[in-house]
Amino acid sequence: MHPAPSVIAFTTLSGAGFGLLFWLGLGLPDVTGWVAFAFFAVAYALAAGGLMASTFHLGHPERAWKAFSQWRSSWLSREGVASVAALVVMGVYGAGLVLFDTRLALLGGAGAALALATVFTTSMIYAQLRSVPRWQTPLTPALFLALSLAGGALLAGQITTAMALLLVAGLLQGMWWKRGDGAFAASGTDMATATGLGGIGQVRAFAPPHTGGNYLLREFVFVVGRKHAAKLRIIALALGFALPLVLLALPFSHAAAALAALSHLAGIAVSRWLFFAEAEHVVGLYYGAR
Amino acid sequence: MTTLPASTNRKMGLVIDLDTCVGCHACVVSCKGWNTENYGAPLSDQDPYGADPTGTFLNRVHSYEVQPLATSAMPHPAAQLVHFPKSCLHCEDAPCVTVCPTGASYKRVEDGIVLVNETDCIGCGLCAWACPYGAREMDAAEGVMKKCTLCVDRIYNDNLPEEDRVPACVRTCPAGARHFGDLGDPDSDVSRLVADRGGMDLMPEQGTKPVNKYLPPRPRDTLDEVDILAPLLAPVAEEPKGFLGWLDRTLERL
Ligand code: SF4
Ligand code: SF4
Ligand code: SF4
Repeated sequence: MHPAPSVIAFTTLSGAGFGLLFWLGLGLPDVTGWVAFAFFAVAYALAAGGLMASTFHLGHPERAWKAFSQWRSSWLSREGVASVAALVVMGVYGAGLVLFDTRLALLGGAGAALALATVFTTSMIYAQLRSVPRWQTPLTPALFLALSLAGGALLAGQITTAMALLLVAGLLQGMWWKRGDGAFAASGTDMATATGLGGIGQVRAFAPPHTGGNYLLREFVFVVGRKHAAKLRIIALALGFALPLVLLALPFSHAAAALAALSHLAGIAVSRWLFFAEAEHVVGLYYGAR
Repeated sequence: MTTLPASTNRKMGLVIDLDTCVGCHACVVSCKGWNTENYGAPLSDQDPYGADPTGTFLNRVHSYEVQPLATSAMPHPAAQLVHFPKSCLHCEDAPCVTVCPTGASYKRVEDGIVLVNETDCIGCGLCAWACPYGAREMDAAEGVMKKCTLCVDRIYNDNLPEEDRVPACVRTCPAGARHFGDLGDPDSDVSRLVADRGGMDLMPEQGTKPVNKYLPPRPRDTLDEVDILAPLLAPVAEEPKGFLGWLDRTLERL
């Protein structure tokens, strides 16, 4: 799959942003006034900023509002509904904290649940696709939720929680990669089933439909850079999990905590790049590629 | 509404004969021609006369080489070249429809045709991600999703002569490799063709339940070598004799 920068930025930033909103909704940290304002500003910049980035890759952003209509069937529509609901509820809750020094605990709890629901719906957009075997697993929502909670805890300054969640998320990341490497073969879809010609013999792509490229090849048959996958995985693990863990283990300082958060986000961005670049769409088979 | 209908009244679709398709790409051209001038946004091309031309197509023809396994009876089986047209299969369980966030993608109850309402499409591309067959292409100029309409603007079009009320690709195919009809009716010509020839689904394990069927290529004929010209073409004299032979040998030695 083509790793579109806008989608990588969106899933990385908004994942962390909604994670932070989750912890803020639970009152962790229990802040009010200007401090609360700062926390909420960061959370909204990440969550809403990511959402805006994701509309950049639309062919018709001006019609984006129509995407709220199909929540009965479409995970993408559900994501839109959940994200706006989370941002609105958390906005009211945040206003209570910032302007009136009052914590509306029930509202915060609801907002926290909506923030997590948003991350879940995002992950299900990918996990639902049978056409991309690497993504179609319950591990995908598990990984997205763990990363969002870990990143949110890091930003919320919940050091011990963050450390525990980073370990869990790192473990899930490893499991996700390990499963993913065998997923395409395990899916049962190959050149034989794609063409239906397997009963005759070994199928080989002889000539593509056109000598030039096309949308399908650009969007789904992205193979550039896969050869660096092993190195990038190590970089993602180091930046995303190992370095933040070391920094958090050091005696607390704001600089170390900030560095841990930045390093984590950079690592997750690398992991998200791999999430797309390594994902093989079954349509590649028609072109004799993966 | 992007939930799928529980059932459709008819299942209109194509039956594509891999045995007769000669790979001429006439259906590709006629499909592009009809659909760029009629329903919806035109099918744009980018850099059409330049070094790196690309464009939107609703129907593309691949070619595959199939190498049968060697058997004791057939130690060196010849590879078979199969031309393979591919357009939307108008799946019964179309994953492209249910993922659509706007309701732009839908499957019609009356005939099962899967269409995109272009004025609702936001160009998110998720439906093309969900389609395992690569049957949907985002138009780079228009920013909306394009796909085979089963020529919905031909098949019910009273302004066309009756013989033209079939999809452009079917009408144009010089080999008669594309057939159009109701695959929900077991007595229709297409359904009988599928039954007779062992019509198959592409990627059945993807669970899409395609309406379009593919007829597998028939096994290759194995003709006994009867070459009626062979006796006449055999060389008359291998080695020249007499004077010519002497000349040949002498010239050889020079
Ligand atoms: S072939 Fe693809 S685009 Fe057509 S109905 Fe099936 S899944 Fe949808
Ligand atoms: S590209 Fe258009 S038709 Fe396809 S899922 Fe998005 S809005 Fe629906
Ligand atoms: S039915 Fe019409 S739109 Fe579909 S492939 Fe044939 S010509 Fe193209």
